[in-house]
Amino acid sequence: MNSPPISRRNLLRTTGLAALGGLGLSACGSPFASGVAGTGPSANTLAYWNLLGGGDGVRMVAMQDQYRKQHPEVNLEAVTLAWGNPYYTKVTLSTLGDQPPDVAIAHLTRATILADAGLLEPLEGDLLTKYGLTADNFTSTQWDKAHTNGTLYAIPLDTHPFVMFYNTDICQKAGLLDSSGNLKSLDGPTALVDALRAAKQVTKAYGGVFSINNDTATPWRLFSSLYYQLGGGSVLGDEGRQIVMKDDLAEQALDYIAGLTVREKLMPSSVDYGGATTMFASQQAGFYFEGDWEVSTFITAKTPFSMTQLPNVFGGQYYVQADSHSFVLPRDAKRDDKRREVIFGFIRSMLDQSKTWAEGGHIPAWKPFVDGSEYDTIKPQSNYKGVADAARYDDPGWYSGSGSDFEYIVGSAIAAVAAGQSSPKQAVAEMRTRLTKYANTAAPV
Amino acid sequence: MAIQTIALDTPVPVRITDDRTRRPADNRAGWGMAAPFVVIYVIFLIGPTLYGLVMSFFNSSLQRNGLGSAAGLGNYAEAITSADFWSAMWHTVLFTLMTTPPLVVVALLLAIFTDRLRRGRWFYRLVFFAPYVIPSASVALVFTWLYTPGIGLYGTWLEDIGLTAPNWLADPDWAMASVALATVWWTLGFNFVLYLAGLQEIPRDLYEAASVDGASQFTQLRRITLPLLRRTTVLIVALQIIASLKIFDQVYLMTAGGPNFATRVSLMYVYDYGFTDFRTGYAAAASMLYMLLILAASLGWFILSRRQRREA
Repeated sequence: MNSPPISRRNLLRTTGLAALGGLGLSACGSPFASGVAGTGPSANTLAYWNLLGGGDGVRMVAMQDQYRKQHPEVNLEAVTLAWGNPYYTKVTLSTLGDQPPDVAIAHLTRATILADAGLLEPLEGDLLTKYGLTADNFTSTQWDKAHTNGTLYAIPLDTHPFVMFYNTDICQKAGLLDSSGNLKSLDGPTALVDALRAAKQVTKAYGGVFSINNDTATPWRLFSSLYYQLGGGSVLGDEGRQIVMKDDLAEQALDYIAGLTVREKLMPSSVDYGGATTMFASQQAGFYFEGDWEVSTFITAKTPFSMTQLPNVFGGQYYVQADSHSFVLPRDAKRDDKRREVIFGFIRSMLDQSKTWAEGGHIPAWKPFVDGSEYDTIKPQSNYKGVADAARYDDPGWYSGSGSDFEYIVGSAIAAVAAGQSSPKQAVAEMRTRLTKYANTAAPV
Repeated sequence: MAIQTIALDTPVPVRITDDRTRRPADNRAGWGMAAPFVVIYVIFLIGPTLYGLVMSFFNSSLQRNGLGSAAGLGNYAEAITSADFWSAMWHTVLFTLMTTPPLVVVALLLAIFTDRLRRGRWFYRLVFFAPYVIPSASVALVFTWLYTPGIGLYGTWLEDIGLTAPNWLADPDWAMASVALATVWWTLGFNFVLYLAGLQEIPRDLYEAASVDGASQFTQLRRITLPLLRRTTVLIVALQIIASLKIFDQVYLMTAGGPNFATRVSLMYVYDYGFTDFRTGYAAAASMLYMLLILAASLGWFILSRRQRREA
């Protein structure tokens, strides 16, 4: 080797410069580099955050691609983040840190909390009208829920109720289908239990299934739907400062669930989310209870299935637990009307693609689509479209809403009953003790 | 405490020095070399810890900028009187009690086994250490499947030999043990490697002399191996207790603190209150109390190892 060896110092100097240079060159492109350099996104970038990771996420990506095709001048930067608390933590911290996305998806139950904390931009003015984002274009329950203290903070995209999936082969053999191949009505106190028994005869395993282990949301969704149907009304009152749950009705609903899983073994008392989905897809259960979003899973698995609304077991006024996805604009002092136009244009484009969205199972909130004839051609997703009006959201409160500690506390107690680990009475007492602590704590928002 | 320093710029090749006679230039160079670490340590550890300490005296919220209104000792009082807080602390200690003994004993046995092998030692070293490099998310995923009721491998095995499998992750009495079992499998490799290194430090001639004197294998283990591994054991036990007290990933991923809060550990509690409920001030107070637990464990190790050094 004749050339002088590279000294360590020179090597470090050169690679260091090269690294800095690389950062400079890529600064326009990557969000990381622009974040480090503090330049912010370029003017034509539209940052959009969502938490749609399942089958609905696939459809959202298709809708985004469609938007990109129609708006080549906008550089849509869509980010999908993990569902639940981590997502809302990120939305909150980015807003407090003055680097929020232009538009984000939020559950309506969560949008209220964000709005209460002053993290969302109130939506008002002529621009909304220009893009058709007005009351007459949205289903009314959802539009009302999008308001916090009388001000609009969110644009509803859909409603996702708790629904009932059924295996058409198994139900056919069990004699549960009518002549046109649809499920007979299972309303009333005994019909659902009878149907589960009949299905169990066919599957030789279980009649139905819902997720229990390591899942607090699903038990809550089933329980609350039954509790609301019993006429239980709210669980939380006065924005979460009161526990107004009717204990006797809660116990009755819990006892019904324990009857299905523990006493009659019509449903497994120990199964997690993935396990429940697998059991239904592999014909070990004739019925499956979950939010509508699982429709994509069973289409992919080629399960012979259909879906319908949760039966009105207790015969009271029909309610079903639900939440809605909506678009919100996290507060951003730098935002001007020009930017708002781009954002509202994007939201409108998403709403205009409600057909694609409906195929993912959610009931769109966009009236021009819901009232049109096209929706009815999407089967089985349109079977339960009527329940959007009967949708009942988690009661307002700073610790309530999708993925909240309210669902965690109540759901844990319900899951313990469904698993046969505690009695309905114990569970209700536990819920009360834990919730009371929250009710007595000053709201941190 | 004597420190050996090699000074390159003086004709004296090696000299014994101590803090009083060390030249300022050495100090500067030392600080300079430590600087990258010190800067990062201050920015990401000392700073946030102090901020957390301050925050624990305020009603700080994740939803608002700044510290919020003063709470005095209110957060601490709430934590100390909360049954949920103490049950989370107990779950943390319980997990530590469940994992530390097997992680020390099994690691030792496997290390002795591997050390005695004539050939293929590299293979066992690799096999026993390999799980340690898997990310916690993958471990949680694999074990959740192994534990799945009905179709999980563990349940199937037990049924094959005529036993009824417990409801691993869904039974409040079994959930913590199931998480502990997964953890033992996952993190055993680290202690195993430390023990193996300790074993290889023991001079072979001690064993030769002992066998010439007629000591049995068991006596050699008891009188030579174990005493000479004492320093390693103290280190491993201490590191293991601290690591076990820090339990979060597996619980968060495998049970989310359930069933019905039966596996909610301290860090999970802090996470729930800080991130789910936005009450960062209260969460900071809870984590300060939890830090006291870890400090106590660290202090125990410090005292033990100092006594040992004096004896040595």
